[in-house]
Amino acid sequence: MKEYFRFLWRCFRLSFIGDRRYIAWMTFLSVVALFGLNAYAKQLVFGLATTGLTDQVSWGLYIANFTFLVGMAAAAVMLVIPVYVYRNKELHDLVIFGELLAVASIIMCLLFVVVDMGRVDRMHHMLLRFNFPISMLTWDVIVLNVYLVLNLHICGYLIYCAYMHRKPSKAFYIPFVFLAILWAVSIHTVTAFLYVGLGGRPFWNSAIIAPRFLASAFAAGPAFLILTLIALDRFTAYVVQEKAFLTLRNIVTVAMTINMFLLGCEVFTEFYTDSAHSASARYLFLGLNGYHGLVPWIWSAIGMNTVALVILYLPLTRRRRFMSIACALLIVGIWIEKGMGLIVPAFIPTPLGEIVEYSPSLNETLVSLGIWAFGLLIYTIFIRITVPVLSGRLAVDRLYLRDAVADLPWSAARLSETKGNEGSAS
Amino acid sequence: MTEDTKPEFAEVTSERSFNRRGFLRNGLTVVGAMTACVGALSPLRELDGDDIPSVEKFLQRHYKEMNGDEMASALDRIRREVKKRWDIDPIVRDVRAKDGVEFVYALNLSRCIGCRKCVHACVEENNQSRSPELQYIRVLEMPRGTTDIEKGNHHYDRPTVPDDDHFYMPIQCHQCADAPCVKVCPVEATWTESDGITVIDYDWCIGCRYCEAACPYWARRFNYTKPEIPAADINPEMSYLSNRPREKGVMEKCTFCLHRTREGKMPACLEVCPTGARKFGNVLDPDSEVSQILKNKRVFVLKEEVGTLPRFFYYFDERYPRSEGTAEATGEAK
Repeated sequence: MKEYFRFLWRCFRLSFIGDRRYIAWMTFLSVVALFGLNAYAKQLVFGLATTGLTDQVSWGLYIANFTFLVGMAAAAVMLVIPVYVYRNKELHDLVIFGELLAVASIIMCLLFVVVDMGRVDRMHHMLLRFNFPISMLTWDVIVLNVYLVLNLHICGYLIYCAYMHRKPSKAFYIPFVFLAILWAVSIHTVTAFLYVGLGGRPFWNSAIIAPRFLASAFAAGPAFLILTLIALDRFTAYVVQEKAFLTLRNIVTVAMTINMFLLGCEVFTEFYTDSAHSASARYLFLGLNGYHGLVPWIWSAIGMNTVALVILYLPLTRRRRFMSIACALLIVGIWIEKGMGLIVPAFIPTPLGEIVEYSPSLNETLVSLGIWAFGLLIYTIFIRITVPVLSGRLAVDRLYLRDAVADLPWSAARLSETKGNEGSAS
Repeated sequence: MTEDTKPEFAEVTSERSFNRRGFLRNGLTVVGAMTACVGALSPLRELDGDDIPSVEKFLQRHYKEMNGDEMASALDRIRREVKKRWDIDPIVRDVRAKDGVEFVYALNLSRCIGCRKCVHACVEENNQSRSPELQYIRVLEMPRGTTDIEKGNHHYDRPTVPDDDHFYMPIQCHQCADAPCVKVCPVEATWTESDGITVIDYDWCIGCRYCEAACPYWARRFNYTKPEIPAADINPEMSYLSNRPREKGVMEKCTFCLHRTREGKMPACLEVCPTGARKFGNVLDPDSEVSQILKNKRVFVLKEEVGTLPRFFYYFDERYPRSEGTAEATGEAK
């Protein structure tokens, strides 16, 4: 137990250590997170009137980000499946990065839900009267929190075992790994049902939403992991195997293809029948009665997704640069498609046919950016700790920080190599 | 070579290194970070006293769990709050549903002239925020030849109503028997009472706005900011589940004026209606006007396909009332 607290203390200290780039990155994230906190403090004082939300469009940027991030979290399992189901041992370490991403994403999800609430001071009412199983929101609360705990357990346990030079006991994590695979599907399905279950919103009331959610999640999440691994490979001593990239690329490509296909199905259903229920879809894709606030968004999303998919199918993606471009386009594209493209149009027009457009306010945007910065901050710290542990440089019997630092490009050895090039910069 | 770089990481190379430079730098960083956090949180200084729940309010239980004493002290607290904010002594009660009553509303589209008097009477009766103004009733101006509400005009503004080419369709909470808003609420802050009225415990609502997304009739309103009501406009006859003043961050909606209707009065929107287009009553009483309307008039509900079983009905006056017995009957039913 004492050793465990020592481990935590070391992790804590380690997260403050790095070269100028690391410190600059962390400072930048902290500053953005603090701006977000400041904006949220204003929201607490003046109410949600500080957002662009109205009675007509009552969910916006916060819930859009929430939905997107649930997907990112679910996608962690796409790494778990090849490793544990197909016993692809080479990718073993990557599972941990995937699950850490899940942890960071879920934390962001929960924060986005909290900032969307009108009365945070009454959060405990959830514990006192929980409308389970009728309200889908209670299901979501359960599945998200359990998923968070599952992933914390799995990667926490594996990392700690590596740190202690212990062989992880299979009984202690394999069952949880398989549970987490199922659970990842559940968090996304339940989140989709949150919207699908509303009969008064025809735009959401479609059985295809849940599969679409899963497909887009399994594209965006691994794409984000690819970007992380490229960064790891480039900025740290950690070597990522080529095979990992290829596996991930295949997952992204297949998921994205399915996602585009499902989007096509949706568009056909909405537009061919031309029923009165397609007003929201019409507003989204074409504009309605002279209002077209979302049209540029959705078409740029479709554009980005198409370009990304084409790049992914080309052998070009063996080059890291093109891979990064494709992944970045795809993440942004899916963010728009699932956020602004799925949440907002369901409110436009209102159930009574009124058209009120929505655009996020500055304060709302700052809060959202703050949460993203905070999430990335956590994820960076996780990686900052995990990399030296996995490469054996940070362990129970290692004098800790000097060796751990040596894992990064700003390590003593590498620093001295590059010092000549950088000249007086220090 | 490592010697060169050592100073840069001097304070980190062992767990207990307290050289002066490192200490100073760490200290400055910590102070800087703390200052930044305090700075970021500084807007909280403007938090209203009312925004921070008192212990009493924090511990207050759900409406259905409160016993008599607890309810009495909750009502007393509301009295004190109103007194403090507006210097008014209100009468705050907890008006309960009566057995053998199920309220329904019926609205005669042949008679409604779209004057919006109901909208404003409702605001005055129910202590809605005046700034920004919250309204429970939305009147649509519909072109003749359709009942598709997406074709309605929400913002018609004519010197006189009615306009000959349009009819008017007021929409408010339909008090559904299978209410989606009740289903989705994660904390049971909203529920349907035995007399068919869907209510909200404003002290229990967490403000997630899921119910607002679920409502097919757009009947719910959220307090995006602190509701402002001039003291002169406060209606001092208040009840816990209906028109007592609300706080920011909670949902509210039409309650069929339950503080009036549960005691035999009519809703404010009905009383003010100049044409008698609005009818209200107990559907379990076969002789009530609404029972007669449901039995004899050509009645329909809005968006029947969403299956929420509204207790709010629309009807038209019949050109040839069935009671006359023949198709040749003349004259309009007035």
